[in-house]
Amino acid sequence: MTTTNERPSLKELKVPAETRTSSRKPAAMPARPPKRLRTRLRENWMLTLFAIPAMVILLLFHYFPLLGNVIAFQDYLPFLGIDGSEWVGFDNFAILFNGDPAFLNAVKNTLVITFVQTVFVFPAPIVLALLLNSLVSNRLKGAVQSIMYLPHFLSWVIVVSVFQQLLGGSGFFNNWIRQHGGDALSIIGNPDGFIALITSQVMWKDTGWATILFLAVLSQIDTDLYEASSVDGASRWRQLWHITLPGMRGIIILLLILKLGDSLTVGFEQIILQQAAVGVGASEVIDTYVYNNGIVGGNWGVAAAVGLVKGVISVVLVLGANKLAHLFGESGVYQK
Amino acid sequence: MSTKLNVVAPVRKKSKLHNGQSMPHPLMRVFKGLVLTIACAAIVLPFVGIISTSFAGQDQITRAGGLVLWPEEFSLQAYESVFAGGVVSKALGVSIFVTTIGTALSLITTALLAYALSRPNMVGRGPMMMLVLFSLLFTPGMIPTYLAVKQFGLIDSLWALIIPTMVSGFNVIVLRSFFMGLPRELFDSAKLDGASEWQILRRIVLPLSKAILAVVGLFYGVGYWNSFFTALLYLNDSGLWPLQMVVRAYVVGGSQLSPAELGNPDVLPPQPAIQMAILMISIIPIVCVYPFLQKHFAKGVLTGAVKG
Repeated sequence: MTTTNERPSLKELKVPAETRTSSRKPAAMPARPPKRLRTRLRENWMLTLFAIPAMVILLLFHYFPLLGNVIAFQDYLPFLGIDGSEWVGFDNFAILFNGDPAFLNAVKNTLVITFVQTVFVFPAPIVLALLLNSLVSNRLKGAVQSIMYLPHFLSWVIVVSVFQQLLGGSGFFNNWIRQHGGDALSIIGNPDGFIALITSQVMWKDTGWATILFLAVLSQIDTDLYEASSVDGASRWRQLWHITLPGMRGIIILLLILKLGDSLTVGFEQIILQQAAVGVGASEVIDTYVYNNGIVGGNWGVAAAVGLVKGVISVVLVLGANKLAHLFGESGVYQK
Repeated sequence: MSTKLNVVAPVRKKSKLHNGQSMPHPLMRVFKGLVLTIACAAIVLPFVGIISTSFAGQDQITRAGGLVLWPEEFSLQAYESVFAGGVVSKALGVSIFVTTIGTALSLITTALLAYALSRPNMVGRGPMMMLVLFSLLFTPGMIPTYLAVKQFGLIDSLWALIIPTMVSGFNVIVLRSFFMGLPRELFDSAKLDGASEWQILRRIVLPLSKAILAVVGLFYGVGYWNSFFTALLYLNDSGLWPLQMVVRAYVVGGSQLSPAELGNPDVLPPQPAIQMAILMISIIPIVCVYPFLQKHFAKGVLTGAVKG
């Protein structure tokens, strides 16, 4: 019964035939590892079979395209394919350094949007969660949550439509202004206001939903702390500062890390839907640049190079931020 | 002494909240009420406008110049014209097909993989788990994915809206951690009784996982229903468009729907009413599944967040 120690004993007891073969031939020890795999596969082939459909999808549509990134090093032409296209080394990556104005504009817009959204969008659900958490009535809290989570599940097409109906040139707001003798404001389709517009759309859609994690963390803060501090005469503001916020530190840092890893990705669907109205100058970001140059423009190699660099930088950012979190003594996204 | 205590006790109780915090200042409460009311109104009122306009008649829409806040007359013309068999009906059919088939396939493949990865004696568990985890960290990018879909001959096929996004590594991990949390004794005793892995999954694990499967399924379903970018990328033929693409063209883009495109309805309702009716049709399914989602999603999201 040599195998019994290495594997769950129940299995062995259940399949006496296997046990017998392995215990009868102690001399065949060196030959065992391959046989062991085969035995294990014979016993558990069904589990491996279960895994196959999803793994095939993952390999075909995730890992196969990952290899397809080699076209970043090619002058890729669709009718020649990856096999036939000419290899050009790092030529496609020149776009990153040669000061191409369209590319620089996309990078600039991406970084500005990320910055603005980190400053305005990120704290909003924290404030809302604190507000909800301090409500006395649980029923009111539940009702508000139900309403505020809903927009998260609507598509960007719908969100953009809703904003257009309300704030567009012939939308509700401007009609109301006109009927009251004012001049219509250009809110949608105004390049100068584009970042403010998409930021408010993101807030409308996701602020409520983003409170869900903060509320869960808030509900886990030890209520004794509030009791005790209140006995000691702490005001609500002091409780907020000394109990609530320290309790939320971990989750805030974790979400900031994830945000940092995503900092080169800003609302692609949202922006591509509205790009026609404001033009590329105000709205081109890295992802739309890849789309417009690659899929629309047929500049496959350059677009793939930009996408590849973006992907690599994002991974480095997540790993780096996670490391940073560890240095600050936080648990971060994952641990070794 | 005892009377004094009786007086003190209720006061002290009243000044504490369930979570031990003291009662907020009245002004603060007014301020909070105001903030929450505005926030909720900002979400609810647009929908009131959309619903009302989709039912409103020509006169009122002309007078309002677009959205109306409350319909004076109740007209179903917009919905009748949209369901007259034209572009919108067709797109609705596509969306329903993609959502139902996609969700079913996603759930089956995801649950099977998650179950396999949750069993300690599975062959190849380590490497497969690595592949799933790594897929979350590094995504292949738009261009190579597009070229792969093209190479597999899925351009201008509805399967392009389903297959590439069928398995989400995140959902695999959520389900796997749930399966791993089930009591070990269940598996051991089933094995002793001679049950195969398929029987264990079918008879024991799945019935115990209904709630989490519902959540994962609903998330997949909402994803398929809402997906517009896959359609933009992979479908050149507008005859295959799902509903979101129709909303994009006729509501965001503002193109007018001609009677022919609508399937020649008897009456042609005002365009804003048609647009809002289309918008409603794409919102209603979400609103219908939302209560079920909401009941469970905190759990689903948290499982992913804590274990992921």
